Amino acid sequence: MFKTKAVTRFTSLCATVAWVILVFSDITVLFSDIKSLPSDVPVWLPRVMLDVYVIALFYYYKFKIERDESLTFTDLLWKVFATGLIATVISLAVRLILFLLGSTKLPSNILFIDFVYQINLALFVNFLLAAYTCWKRLILYQKSKWLMRAWLVFELLLLSILIYDSIHIVLSETISTIAIVVTSLLGLVLSANMRWVAYLNFKQKWTSLLLLLLSLFYLVYFLYSVTIWSDQISQQSQAFIDFQSHAFNIALLAFALTYMTFSFLVVLFNLPTSSVFEQKLEEVINFQRISQSIQTEQSEESVYNILLESSVRSVFADAAWLEIKGSANEQKLYTFQITEKETKDIHNHLEKNKIKGALDQSSDKTKNLSKHLGSLKNSRFRSLLAFPIKVKDETIGTLALLKELPDGFNKEMTRIISAFANQAGISIENFRLLEEAFQNARYKEELKIAKTVQKSLLPTKLEQDADFEISAFSASADEVGGDYYDTLRISKHEIALIIADVSGKGTTAAFHMSQMKGIFHSLAQLGPNPKDFMAKANKALVYCLERGSFISATYFVINTQSKKVFYSRAGHCPVLLFRTSSQTADYLKDKGTALGMVRSHDYCNFVEDNQFSYASGDVMVLYTDGITEAKNNKGEEFGNERLAQELQKNASKSSKEIEESVIKALYQFSGSEDINDDYTSMTVKFN
Amino acid sequence: MVHIKRLQEDGADIIAIVGEIDASSSIELDLAIAKSVGEGFKKIIVDCQALEYISSAGLGVFMSYIEELKDKGISFVLFGMKERVLNTFSILGLADLLNIRETKQEAKKLADELSV
Repeated sequence: MFKTKAVTRFTSLCATVAWVILVFSDITVLFSDIKSLPSDVPVWLPRVMLDVYVIALFYYYKFKIERDESLTFTDLLWKVFATGLIATVISLAVRLILFLLGSTKLPSNILFIDFVYQINLALFVNFLLAAYTCWKRLILYQKSKWLMRAWLVFELLLLSILIYDSIHIVLSETISTIAIVVTSLLGLVLSANMRWVAYLNFKQKWTSLLLLLLSLFYLVYFLYSVTIWSDQISQQSQAFIDFQSHAFNIALLAFALTYMTFSFLVVLFNLPTSSVFEQKLEEVINFQRISQSIQTEQSEESVYNILLESSVRSVFADAAWLEIKGSANEQKLYTFQITEKETKDIHNHLEKNKIKGALDQSSDKTKNLSKHLGSLKNSRFRSLLAFPIKVKDETIGTLALLKELPDGFNKEMTRIISAFANQAGISIENFRLLEEAFQNARYKEELKIAKTVQKSLLPTKLEQDADFEISAFSASADEVGGDYYDTLRISKHEIALIIADVSGKGTTAAFHMSQMKGIFHSLAQLGPNPKDFMAKANKALVYCLERGSFISATYFVINTQSKKVFYSRAGHCPVLLFRTSSQTADYLKDKGTALGMVRSHDYCNFVEDNQFSYASGDVMVLYTDGITEAKNNKGEEFGNERLAQELQKNASKSSKEIEESVIKALYQFSGSEDINDDYTSMTVKFN
Repeated sequence: MVHIKRLQEDGADIIAIVGEIDASSSIELDLAIAKSVGEGFKKIIVDCQALEYISSAGLGVFMSYIEELKDKGISFVLFGMKERVLNTFSILGLADLLNIRETKQEAKKLADELSV
């Protein structure tokens, strides 16, 4: 930025200095010529200074206009116009001074006339270079390799003409003719690059026309005034170099004029089609809006509204409606300048006439239904176009566009709306996918939390006693279940045990499990008999558990004094007991309904108090249905039988070893390390 | 996977369950029972002859209807359970809460008796 400023300042300074030298040297040369004196300054100096002036200005505009990215097309035209305006105003001011001086001697002095001429010439060249730079930007708006090369050649040719002018080496006529022809042809070809015109809207086109016309006017004015003055001077002096003999000036003028005229005509003839282009542009923007709506807006609804609005605007429809089957299969109707009753009327009419696959959602083709509307009375609409909106090849809705004119839709319009409808489908699909991904991520996060909660709810240490040893194992699948076990010492001789399985998965299961833990820890220490425990637990849980969920549990109180186990089973898997006396493992048979299933007070009729005595070497295995229902690759269940056998085989070992062998057998049976349910077991071996 | 069929016989709505009912397919079972209740049937019979497996979520569905059925005076009978399935019902204590019969005839008879 700073550099650019410095460069523009430097170049403008150069130009000014060059011009001042040019003026003085030219006047000196002219003066010497008139007085027939030998000139103090070399005759070539004015010419070289003009070149320096031109080159300095060329770079000035290059940095000022060509590099400025913020300029729009009209800005560029405005620059040309403004430069022309300033130049013309200065030139007119000079004329005014001349006029005020009247018929004094000064205005007729050739040196003074030369001075005025030099001012005008400088302004003129300035204007031409400004125009040249702007045209360059317009021509190179859509660059191609070929165009860039052509322009480079053109610029180099102009430069060589400029140098050729000042050194005045006379080349052969043919060479100069060829150079002129090539330059003008190239200039013409380049002038045909008018792509920028297409990007102007209607208003901008009018502005451009005005600016171009005024610029053209300035050009002609300058051409006129410079010619008049140079004629006047050359009549009196031989040494004077007419600007017309300066080929570069002529070339620049010709190019600026040609492009200006071309632009004017092209803009003029493009005026009637500008609305079409604007419409196309709007379509593109609408397109973008539909596709961007996923990121910016947070609902499908906005996609539908944009679709409706864009479609109506693009084809100048009088009304439209959009029927959509939402993600939860609900029907939605969006209307635009039409009442729901009218849409229903049209629907019914089409149905009555048995026009198949039109507005029903099984249709997957765009249909022009205008001819069928003709027979519908009391309807203001005469044209109807229906489009399917598809998501993943499934039609989720219909877009209907209506016009009051008969045959109001052409093929172009059909194509545009099809594209809109497709884009909307894609947007909705993306939107739904995104939603799904969010849901999954949230669900996963929830599971993670649930798993942590579940883990933290299980005891890290189990109650130990001289009368028995106890060990527990729990592994959970990816999907968190609600297996729970715990122990609590009630008194010196009484220890409470619980194993429970909460129905359901995820956070709710973990939540219910924590409730169960709370109930266990608060009730068990009061030392109720097992049936009472269940009845109270049920009462507490009934109002916490939602419809359809329940907790199966078995509650034990081991009395080490009486060597008895008191227990109550509420819907949980039966207890597996190995007795040393018989050397067999059997399931205890008893009755009991899961907690939360019976909501009335008579729950106590659905649970029992049970008890058994234990002897040294007896083993009690508690487990959840994850173990017995574990399946192998043939789809067989691990089952009660295998579990009992495994216990029988290993009953003489310690509780830890028994447990390990059961788990090992389970993994061997299921044939894989990844489990599909929660495995929980608690093994109690009596000493 | 589960497949649920409904057909009407002698004023009773018979819901036949084919396949396995786990956490995800239990929704279908719930829907089928809800429909049947919603349509105002006074006798609902569930055919479990082709029910291969039922998870606790599936049992939860039956359980959740017990009170509503009682309040509305709808007789609800299940029949034809395989031993394994019946075992699941009885372990949880649902067998005591629901009316379970072996054959369709028995189930129909019970439903008629209950609805009187």
